[in-house]
Amino acid sequence: MSQELVCITCPMGCRLTVGKLDDGGLSVSGNRCPRGVAYAEAELLDPRRTVTATCGVSSADAPRLPVRTTAAFPRERVPELLAAIYAVRIRLPVRRGTVILADALGTGIDVIATRSLG
Amino acid sequence: MKELRYDAVVIGGGAAGMAAALELDGAGLSCAIVEREENLGGILVQCIHNGFGLIEFNEELSGPEFAERFEDRVRGTGIKPYVGTTVMDIDVSGGDKLLYCYSAEYGILRMSCRAIVLAMGCRERNRGNIRIPGSRPAGVYTAGLAQRLVNIEGYIPGKDIVIVGSGDIGLIMARRMSWVGCKVHAVVEILPYPSGLTRNIVQCLHDFSIPLYLSHLTTNIVGKDRVEGVEITPLENGALMTEKAFTIACDTVLLSVGLVPENELSKQVGVEMNPMTNGPSVDSRLMTNVSGVFACGNVLHVHDLVDYVVEEARRAGAFAALWLKGERAKLEVRVKAGSNVRYVAPGRVDAEADNKIYLRTLIVKNDATLEVRVNNRVIKSVKKTHIQPSEMITVSLGAKDLAAAAGSPDPVVEIAIS
Repeated sequence: MSQELVCITCPMGCRLTVGKLDDGGLSVSGNRCPRGVAYAEAELLDPRRTVTATCGVSSADAPRLPVRTTAAFPRERVPELLAAIYAVRIRLPVRRGTVILADALGTGIDVIATRSLG
Repeated sequence: MKELRYDAVVIGGGAAGMAAALELDGAGLSCAIVEREENLGGILVQCIHNGFGLIEFNEELSGPEFAERFEDRVRGTGIKPYVGTTVMDIDVSGGDKLLYCYSAEYGILRMSCRAIVLAMGCRERNRGNIRIPGSRPAGVYTAGLAQRLVNIEGYIPGKDIVIVGSGDIGLIMARRMSWVGCKVHAVVEILPYPSGLTRNIVQCLHDFSIPLYLSHLTTNIVGKDRVEGVEITPLENGALMTEKAFTIACDTVLLSVGLVPENELSKQVGVEMNPMTNGPSVDSRLMTNVSGVFACGNVLHVHDLVDYVVEEARRAGAFAALWLKGERAKLEVRVKAGSNVRYVAPGRVDAEADNKIYLRTLIVKNDATLEVRVNNRVIKSVKKTHIQPSEMITVSLGAKDLAAAAGSPDPVVEIAIS
C-alpha cells in the first residue's frame, strides 16, 4: 500500500510516493533531496502542526486574544486542543508571551498569548 | 486647528510604515506616523496564523507578535504615532507639504513636513471587481473581512463555506473556518494552478480534505436573503463547459481574489501610477514623481511576505532621510520587465549604487534561469530551483554589475526569465 504526499519543506513541492517496507520502515520516491525522506517520515509517523487560535477575554468590549502553541502539536489531537483553548477566558491585562495553557493535554507544549491586551 | 511640524510624515502604521519611520528616526529626523485604525500593526493584527518573521527575526511568529515587536521598537524612539487619525487631504503645491488629518482625539490637525512616506497598504478585490453574476444575498464576504470578524471581533460569519480564489488568505481562512467548527465545501480557482503557496495547499486544504477545483469559474451566486449555493462551471481550453456546471449548497462565500494597492491619497497628490503594479511609479530610491514623496510596502506593489515589506520600507525610510539631507539619486537607469516577467519594482536602478529589485514571474517552472541584460548583453544570470507567480523574486544589482549601463549613453536594463 502506498501513499501520495506533497513535500512542503521548500517551494519545489516534490510529489512523494511513500510505501511501507516489510521491516516496518518507509520507502520514499519522488523526492529531489534527502529532506523529502525526513518530511515523509515525520508526516506518516508523527504528523504535527503549529496551532494558532483565539480565546475569550473577561472584558466584553476587548477583542479576542490570539494564541499559538510554542511548538508543533500532534495533529490528531488538534481538535481536543482547540476545545481546550476555546474554553479559556483570560482576565485582562495580558502580555504577549503569557502562558495561557501550560503543558497542553500533557504534551509538554504550552499555548501562549501572541498579543498584549488591556 | 492644531498645527504640527515634522521632518517627515509616514502615512500608514502597519509593518511598512513602522519600519520606514524607524529608519527616519534613526537618521536623527523628526517623524510622525498617521494611522487610521486605533492601533499600530495594520493587517498583521488579524493574521493570527504563524509563518511571519523567518527573515526578520529568524523565528516563526504570528502576525500580532511580529507587529508588536515593531511597536515596541517605535515606542522606544521619538516617533509620534497618531492613531485613529485619517489623512483627508495633502497639499504639495507650496514649499512644505501639508497634510490635513482628523481624529476624535486631536480634532483637525495640519501637519507640515518636507517628506512623506506612503505606506497605506492594500485592499482586497471584491465581488464587483470579478463580476460574479447572481443575486445579492447576505453571506458574501472578502476573506480578509471574515478573518477580521473571526479573529478579532469573535463572530463566525456562516456555517457552510465555499471559498472563491485560492490566494493565501483564502487558504488560511479555509483552515481557520474549519478550526472554528465550519464546514468548508470547496475552494474554486479559475487558473489551472493554485495562487497560494504549496505549503498552504497542504496544511490548509489537504489536512481537512477540502476539494480544490482548478480551472473552474464561479458562475452564479444563488439565494434570496442569504446565500443558498454557488454554481461552479469547469473551464476547458478557456471555454465554459456549461453542461458540466454544478451547484454546491452553502450559506457563505468567501472571496480571495487578489489585492490592490490602496492609492486614493497618492493619486490625489498627482503621483503617477504603474499600471502593472497598481502602485506608484518610483525611481531607484523609491521616490515617486512628486519630489519628496516616497512609497513602500503593499501600497507600492503587493508583497507575499511581511519580511520583504519591512526590508523595502527600511530602504524607503533611509532614502527619504538621505533626500532630506540633500542627497539625490545619481545615475537613474530604467529597468524593463522582459519575457515571462510580469513586473519589476522599482522600475529604475541607480547605476552607481547597490539596488534591490523585486519581480514577479508569469510562469510556474522548476530549474528556471533569471537573466539581467544591459543593452541586450547578459550581465548577471541566476539559477532558480522553482518559480511561480505567487512567489516574489528578489535580485540585487550593484554598481559593479551595472558598470556597462553607467558607461552607455542611453542604457536599458532588462530582466527576463526562461
